Formats: sequence, structure tokens, C-alpha cells
Amino acid sequence: MSSRGPRLLEWKLGTVAELVQETPRVASLVLDVPEWHGHLAGQHVDVRLTADDGYQAQRSYSIASAPEDPRLAITVERLDDGEVSPYLVGEVRKGDKVELRGPIGGYFVWRATDDRPLLLIAGGSGIAPLMAMIRHRAAASSTTPTRLLYSSRSYDDVIYRAELERLASARDGLSVSHTLTRTQPSGWNGYSRRIDGVMLAEVAWPKERMPVIYICGPTPMVEAAASLLVDMGYDASSIKTERFGATGG
Amino acid sequence: MTVQQSDLTLDGNAIGGLLREIFTMEMTTAEGTCASCGRVAMVGEVVVYVNAPGTVVRCPSCDAVLMRIVQGRGKYWLDLTGVRCLVFSA
Repeated sequence: MSSRGPRLLEWKLGTVAELVQETPRVASLVLDVPEWHGHLAGQHVDVRLTADDGYQAQRSYSIASAPEDPRLAITVERLDDGEVSPYLVGEVRKGDKVELRGPIGGYFVWRATDDRPLLLIAGGSGIAPLMAMIRHRAAASSTTPTRLLYSSRSYDDVIYRAELERLASARDGLSVSHTLTRTQPSGWNGYSRRIDGVMLAEVAWPKERMPVIYICGPTPMVEAAASLLVDMGYDASSIKTERFGATGG
Repeated sequence: MTVQQSDLTLDGNAIGGLLREIFTMEMTTAEGTCASCGRVAMVGEVVVYVNAPGTVVRCPSCDAVLMRIVQGRGKYWLDLTGVRCLVFSA
């Protein structure tokens, strides 16, 4: 893929147009960014904060909005000992300016013109770039058969829960499976454990259908899911991964 | 000085922005050949350690160091000894 937009990756000032509290620890920032030349679903931006004394801290956040959306959204999990996320989740207000550069990345991207069956596997806030793909799929009126397996700690930690329910109820080929690893509400009929081979065998497209697979989440979860799929015979080159680390702060 | 993510194992997606400071092209889809084992890997799938000083990129097959990138005092130090060849789109 060739680069998009200007060759020099410049820092830009985005304005917070909207704040959405997704879960108690996670918020989405919807930003107006001047001279934004568009993005692909799965790309990220770097966000930089500068203190009064000039000290700078920088983190990468996946873009959660669809390329078709007029505004850019990032979804941030607050890490109490982080340098950037406690500002973005809790301190920042509508109208504030946020310094960012992007879009960045061409490896972990999906285009709605790709009609291979799609398998998305998310852990925690790793849902963000996959949500950009799901939103892109919907905005492009794609009916690509798509399955999302989404692992969260508890029901209240499920990001985009209502929107995922709504999109899955459209019956246009998207199905969503949840697993809750720590606590489950009474009457829960989803999975209640970490992602394992049995779960993947139930949720994943048969390998004969040659699905394209995107996995994003904490490093151990991503590596476990990817190696299980390779062991199950899925083509390693069709599996794309993005590790959030212990998450960046 | 810019502070990157702390003591974390990530992948090449995380250094897409840093590489765009150095190269003019999108680099996560660039393919590098490991000088140790010959594995060809996209930058997006390599293993990246961002615990200072600097960034260390390792081969996903043999764990050899592919690249070291250090920035500070207005300079970049880019050690590509471990990459035999880096191919990217014009």
C-alpha cells in the first residue's frame, strides 16, 4: 500500500467535539481534526501531551470510527498509573485541544471491498480497531460474513455493547459472541472463560472458507489466540495481530 | 525528549509513527529479511520492545535483534545490522 496524504507525518491539533463514557474505565473521544485526509479501518494515531515544563508523553490509540464518519474517534482505557490515559479519560473536556498525528499503519487494516469471511477477536479495549472495521462494514453496506468474538472481564466492561447489539440485530451477516472472564451477570448465556481452542472451534469460520482473521488485545491473549488458530490449521498469513501490550497508559 | 510506552512487549504496529519520522513511506507493511535466520516478516508482525533506552525490534522466528532505534538530543540512531534487506512500496 502506498502512503496516504502528505508524506511528512505532522502533528495536528484536534478539538474534542464529544466525549462518550463507554464503561466506568473507558471513554471515547470524538475529535474534529483539521485537514484530515481520511483513514483505513484498523489504523491508529499517536497522541502527545505536553506539560507546562515541556515534558512530553506519547501513546498510540487505534481509530475506532469508520473511514466514512466525518469525525475521528479514539477509545481510551484509563490506566491509573498511566501518563496519558488518566488525562484523556476524566480530565479532558469538550472543546479541549489534543495533539495527534496519523493515520498510521497499513498492516492491521481491513477494507470493505475484501469479501472473504471475516473473523474478529478482541480482548478488552482491543475492540477499538475492530470496531472501526465493523462500523466501516456497516457504513459501506457490506454483507461480508463477519463473526466477532469479544473477551471482557465483566458485563459492565463490554465497550460498545449497545451498538454491537444493534448492529448484530440487523441480520446482515454480523454475529457477535461475548465471553466474560471474571464475573458474569445472572442468566448470562455467553461464554465465561478465557478464549480457548473449544471456543475458537465453535466461533471461527471453518478454515476451508479461508477467513481473514484480525486479533487485537493484550499481548498474552493475542499470542494465545493466534497460536491456537495456527495449531487448528488456519493459514498463518491470513491472521493479523495487534498487541496492546499490558496496555500503554 | 519523548517518552514512549513503558516496559512493554508490542509489535511493529506500535512503531509505525516513529518509523514515519525517519522514512517517508508507510512502514508497517514493509518486509524485512532477518540477517540471522532469513525469515521475511512484515514490520507489523515483528516483536517490539519499547522499554528504554530506545526501541528494540526482534525477529518473530529466531528472536535476533533486527533494529535498534534510539532518539534523543535532536538525533536518531538507527541500527539495521540485523536486517539484511528492507523492502517497501514507493
